[in-house]
Amino acid sequence: MGEFKVHRVRFFDYMPAAIRAMAFNAHTERLALGRMDGSVEIFNFADHYFQEKVIPGKDSRSIEALCWVGGRLFSAGLNGEVTEYDLESLRPKYSLEAYGGPIWTITSNSQGAHLAIGCEDGTVKLFEVLEESIQFERNLDRQKGRILSISWHPSGAQIAAGMMDMIRVFDVPTGRAVQRLLVDRGFGGSKSRETVVWSVVFLSDFTIISGDSAGKVQVWDGHTGTLVKTHLVTKWDVLALSVSKDESSVVAGTSEGTVIQFQFIAPTLQQQDKEWVRTRTFKNHTHDVRALAEIETAIVSGGMDTQLVVRPLLEKFDERSHASALRKIHFPHRNLVFCAKKAGLLLFQFPGQLELWRLGESDGHGKPGDSLPLKRKPEKLLHLKRKGEDHICCSALSSCGGWLAYSTMSSVRLYRLQTDNNDISITKVPKLPKVLRSAHQLCFSSDSSKLFAASSQSSVLVIALSQSECKYVHTLKPKSGSRQPIHLMTNSVDGKWLSTANSDCEIHVYNVQKLKLHCIVPVYGSCPSAMGIHPTTNNLTMVHADQQIFEYSIVEKQYTDWSRKLQKQGLHNLWLDRDTPVTHVTFNPKNPEQILLHDMHMFCIIDQSLPLPDQKTQFYNQMTLRSLSEQGRPSHLHAFKICKTFQDLLSVSLLDDQSLVMVERPLLAITSQLPAPVRQKKFAT
Amino acid sequence: MVAHAEIRVVHRGGSKINFREPVITNDSRFLLCASGESVKVYSSSSEECVHDLQGHTDLVSGIVRNPSNHLQVYSCSADGTVRLWDFTDGILIKTFIIGYPIYSIYVSENHGGVVFVVVPMANDKSSELFQLVAVHLPRSEDQEVEARELSAVLCDVRPSGAASFGREGEYIAAAKGLQLEVFFFKKQKSYRFFLKPGNKKWAKNAFTCVSCHPKEDCIATGHEDGKIRLWRNFNQKKEYTYSTLHWHHGAVNTLQFTPEGTNLLSGGIESVLVQWRYTQETQMDFLPRLGGAITHIAVSPDGSLFCTSHSDNKITIIQSCVKVSAVIQGLVKGEGVRTNLMIDPRSKALVLNGKPGHLQFYSLHRDKLLYNLDIVQQEYIHEEGLDQFEVVRAAFDTRGDWLATVEERTQKGSELEINLKMWAYDEKTQSFVLNTTVTAPHDDQITAMCFSPSPETTMLVTISFDGHFKAWLLADNSDTTEGASWSCDFVGGYHLLKPGCCCFSADGSLLAVGFQEVVTVWSPSWELLTTLSQPPGAIRDLCFGRLSCSKYLLGTSTKNQLCCWNLLTCSLEWSTPVDVSLLQADPLSENMAAFCSQSGCSDLFVFKPSEPLPLYSQRALCTGKVQHAVFAPRDQMLESCEEHAQWLNRSQLYFLTQHMDLMTFSTKSEEDRLLASSKRLMVDDSVAVTPFYLLLGKHRQQQEALTNPMAERIQLPQGSIAIKELLYTPAHVLPSASFLCSMFVRSLLISSSPAREEKEPVEEEMESEEEDSEGEAELRDARQDLGGSAAWGPGEELGAPALTKAQERELRRVKHFDHSWLSSLLEC
Repeated sequence: MGEFKVHRVRFFDYMPAAIRAMAFNAHTERLALGRMDGSVEIFNFADHYFQEKVIPGKDSRSIEALCWVGGRLFSAGLNGEVTEYDLESLRPKYSLEAYGGPIWTITSNSQGAHLAIGCEDGTVKLFEVLEESIQFERNLDRQKGRILSISWHPSGAQIAAGMMDMIRVFDVPTGRAVQRLLVDRGFGGSKSRETVVWSVVFLSDFTIISGDSAGKVQVWDGHTGTLVKTHLVTKWDVLALSVSKDESSVVAGTSEGTVIQFQFIAPTLQQQDKEWVRTRTFKNHTHDVRALAEIETAIVSGGMDTQLVVRPLLEKFDERSHASALRKIHFPHRNLVFCAKKAGLLLFQFPGQLELWRLGESDGHGKPGDSLPLKRKPEKLLHLKRKGEDHICCSALSSCGGWLAYSTMSSVRLYRLQTDNNDISITKVPKLPKVLRSAHQLCFSSDSSKLFAASSQSSVLVIALSQSECKYVHTLKPKSGSRQPIHLMTNSVDGKWLSTANSDCEIHVYNVQKLKLHCIVPVYGSCPSAMGIHPTTNNLTMVHADQQIFEYSIVEKQYTDWSRKLQKQGLHNLWLDRDTPVTHVTFNPKNPEQILLHDMHMFCIIDQSLPLPDQKTQFYNQMTLRSLSEQGRPSHLHAFKICKTFQDLLSVSLLDDQSLVMVERPLLAITSQLPAPVRQKKFAT
Repeated sequence: MVAHAEIRVVHRGGSKINFREPVITNDSRFLLCASGESVKVYSSSSEECVHDLQGHTDLVSGIVRNPSNHLQVYSCSADGTVRLWDFTDGILIKTFIIGYPIYSIYVSENHGGVVFVVVPMANDKSSELFQLVAVHLPRSEDQEVEARELSAVLCDVRPSGAASFGREGEYIAAAKGLQLEVFFFKKQKSYRFFLKPGNKKWAKNAFTCVSCHPKEDCIATGHEDGKIRLWRNFNQKKEYTYSTLHWHHGAVNTLQFTPEGTNLLSGGIESVLVQWRYTQETQMDFLPRLGGAITHIAVSPDGSLFCTSHSDNKITIIQSCVKVSAVIQGLVKGEGVRTNLMIDPRSKALVLNGKPGHLQFYSLHRDKLLYNLDIVQQEYIHEEGLDQFEVVRAAFDTRGDWLATVEERTQKGSELEINLKMWAYDEKTQSFVLNTTVTAPHDDQITAMCFSPSPETTMLVTISFDGHFKAWLLADNSDTTEGASWSCDFVGGYHLLKPGCCCFSADGSLLAVGFQEVVTVWSPSWELLTTLSQPPGAIRDLCFGRLSCSKYLLGTSTKNQLCCWNLLTCSLEWSTPVDVSLLQADPLSENMAAFCSQSGCSDLFVFKPSEPLPLYSQRALCTGKVQHAVFAPRDQMLESCEEHAQWLNRSQLYFLTQHMDLMTFSTKSEEDRLLASSKRLMVDDSVAVTPFYLLLGKHRQQQEALTNPMAERIQLPQGSIAIKELLYTPAHVLPSASFLCSMFVRSLLISSSPAREEKEPVEEEMESEEEDSEGEAELRDARQDLGGSAAWGPGEELGAPALTKAQERELRRVKHFDHSWLSSLLEC
């Protein structure tokens, strides 16, 4: 009790960008998420919805739609370009101008041979997907008015395109428009406004389902072009539609933040003729639902309120488990906060700038739980804007606070910081080695003599830093020849070891002094979400996306006894059921038995000297312990000490003066920065 | 009960008509509802009670249409019988004895000869568990049939209102608590669906009601938190799905699909009828401001009429969800009755609190609400925790010319507001008109008041907790234009004690006021004549004896004493230790009724003050204390020779139970008389007077009168008997129309032999359920024919046989003549 002094930091104004587009690849179980700032995130749904990769955005790039073709990801945006992404180097591979004005939508046919894009000028353009690129093939009949949404018939022979006030059905071989489905306008004042068909879905039985700006979800017969059924679902727009794989369910996302499910049900039981019936309504968003995907067991939705919601369909699960629980992903699964442990500085990474803060100081004393008076207020030292169009993808701060580095997709910048009392001066290190073009991860060694930069193909560049210059030393390459990017990198305090983790779940340990690969940790099936090297024992602690914890002795090249014991006994179910991954691992130098972990909702100290909890023990026992007497406590203690006082945690680190830095970003603060929602539920409306 | 089997405590008049879902008949002309121990048949257009189907001996707990004969209904009752009625004629056709108390009844077209009833779980009657059982109704000719062939369908159902048959009777859905159970009859398999209890305050997921779509497989369920869920695909354990509709803020009390399934109706505490379009649930129609909370909704089979039952004992009939066309109001039952039960001397109506701030006048004889008198004359605001004026006391003078009311409002932290209002009866408007308002007549609550019965003066005495009693006199200041008004005449008190009750002697010569333990007796000139006291215990109730016993004064005290003082000797005549909660004197006889509460039950003793032996006593009338009772004078004196029932000859004793049920006592002979009168068949009054009838009937009458003035006078007795037999025999026992026709014609002919055809046995064919539709149509035709001829009255047509053949031919010619010119003339 009262072990740590805590800096409760709430001045990190992190603001995630709104979700604009979504595409799910059922084959690889990856979800590609496009945000308003042009960044693309890849989530691995097979691995506990872990955010595997992030492709940073760019000012000029906007994403209107995303589309998978096999394992390749394409996007199109209002800048009029079709972009293919290189998912290994996390950058756009190439961009192709479509010459049709802003592009509203992109979809591939089920065969994966063609891409269709809908342009502002009213053309549907077909692109052929080649081995390494795509090639323009032809235009379908040009229409008046923009093409806002496109859906291929599963056979690939027809395309339904949503436009202003109408839906067109094109015959692909001839390129002719064969059907013209007129969509009604809204009622009352909106009668004069054009109806925008935001989304269409073409089903294999030639049913077309459309969602439009008049709030209707309409079911059409594609053969005859007749309206079958109108569901008025909202007074505002229906923005997104998604159909399940077996075409028995369609979900619609609206501006109200609701997701409405329609199911293809026989109105009378045991009969064949079915119809689309509105069934469930999910309200997990406060703002527009712009992107939707109905996957095998869940409905995934995202929108203006920046969160990704995975709403499992309970009927697809046999029993209730953590897989059938609602999940909301608010924060990125990687660090945006870097802490200089010696200097007491915090570096906040935004897509457009970096902020350097000095923590407040207090010399007060108080009871546990008291808030201490501040001697010096936290202070923003530096606001560093990035150069160029590309957004910052990673940054680092040396623990002494003397070096700062960030990388965008196109360049790496290194700065020398000098603090004399209250003044701070920043100087850019002019000449960087040519090899250092861009980095997925940056990391300074603990004595600030080296900079490690994760480069392409899981390689790590070692740069030696000195007062005057910086020099390329070596490239550490993994033996496995993996091409995946590194998403985690950490080094030991004694400066001997460096470990990296890549998206293939491989963890490499390098000997930095000898500049060679030391060992490869046995590959575990789930991606590591955080890792750290113990300052005294040099044990590597890894936490994976499936919440498993491993401890690996680098010296002995094997799992430690504690890790084996933990694996043998198994982790507590309540630990495994948590829905956010651990994003940070640190250690307490004063007490080598303690490992400090945190995820978004909790902060945990694992005390390796205490017995492990089994399934029957009370897992969240801090309240019980507090109520017990001193004598009664030891029998109830177990290794996991969990604190939920701090919520919406972005980062936890332990400074050298034994004070904890808790960086919180309350969700309420994010919500309050959003624009006003189109509709708030009021009583009796 | 055992001692006096002839006298029963019954519900008669003022019973709940919103107890169970009402039923609208196929032709939408009648509305049937359970009302106490009878089923009432109301005309849906005129709101009049057409029939009172009597026969059950306990509360009627459900009514359903007979699916195989649209002129019949089944009713079930807690007395363990299911009865089949012909509601147009008001006759009991059959009684099926089930043997268990029945709580509700369900039928389906596709389950012929079977009714589904909810009975208590057989093994354990005390536990509040109910099961739904199917009862095979045996086909038998007898009037009373034992139906013992029960088979359980669903266990653990709610006693009422939470089960519904699905499309074509293939399944039945029942909900209880957090569970929805759907039982498929073909597969004999049931599926259960559970909801989470919802620990959040606003998520009370418990089911409240169920309704199945008639054409599609969709079940609508209402929930505590105001949500409506539409369940589909419920023949699977897992892949079932439901959508949620939410408008109500309180619990959804009732749900009903319209017969074609195009609309779903729901109602709740908001007293708004909500109409949801099926498959377009975002579009709703509302019919607001219907009065009390909606408890049941019924829809006519053709979907043109809806009716809603309300918590204030009202049924509203709504035409095609837009217009309230009729309101059938029962005795309004508010949260409590603060005034006593009274009888309006003029209209003989029962008067008590009705709507908030009103007094209701309820005719017990016609079982109809006459009118509400607005006493408070302020807008009532429906809001919780708002203190508003309430009518707490009311009194009539003996002739019914004056009504005095007291209304009060208690507000936390502020003074009590009391108004005393005097209402004069206005002959012209036939209602009471406010004459005088006295604000703050006393400093504290008025505990009792009474009018002086003496014919010379019109005087009112009010007594209050402020330690005074005041006499108010009607000052006849006829010199001013204002007319008569009231003023305070005398303020009395007794040692600053708080008075609790007061009573005038029958001739108005004495006033007795109970001041805690002391009874003071005052003369009309306000002299304190004497004091009587019988400590310990404060006086709770005082009553002067009547007629031959007028020398006695009776008092009850809080310490379980019933005392009788002789006013001539000013001494205690007798006393007996009983805990009398209410003492009531019969104004038409010497009898007194004393309600005693004993161990949670109420007992009744009827006695004469002159002798301390009860004339009649009844133990365990009802649970709880009886707080209000009244003797209502009878229209006709009852001729009862039995000694213990004689006290009921002149007036009837009504009392209100704790659950606001109005009960009364009824003798065997009276019941028999009622039953007999209901058996007397009435045809004419049930036939609606259509414009067509008005036009044509009038012409006919005129025509007949013109062509055959003799016809009205001459009546062949035999002809009229034939007609009567035809008309007054229930339709369902009549032979086919063709047969009737020939019989009818034969009866019109002048026969040489007066011997008539043997009448068909009346109890002929009871299996009307089995008759095919053709037969039914025929029956209907016959009925219509009869109805038509009945409407013209027997007199005119029956005269025909008296005519000569030539005259008859002439008559026929005139009949066939085109009368359209005449009607057009008449219309001009």
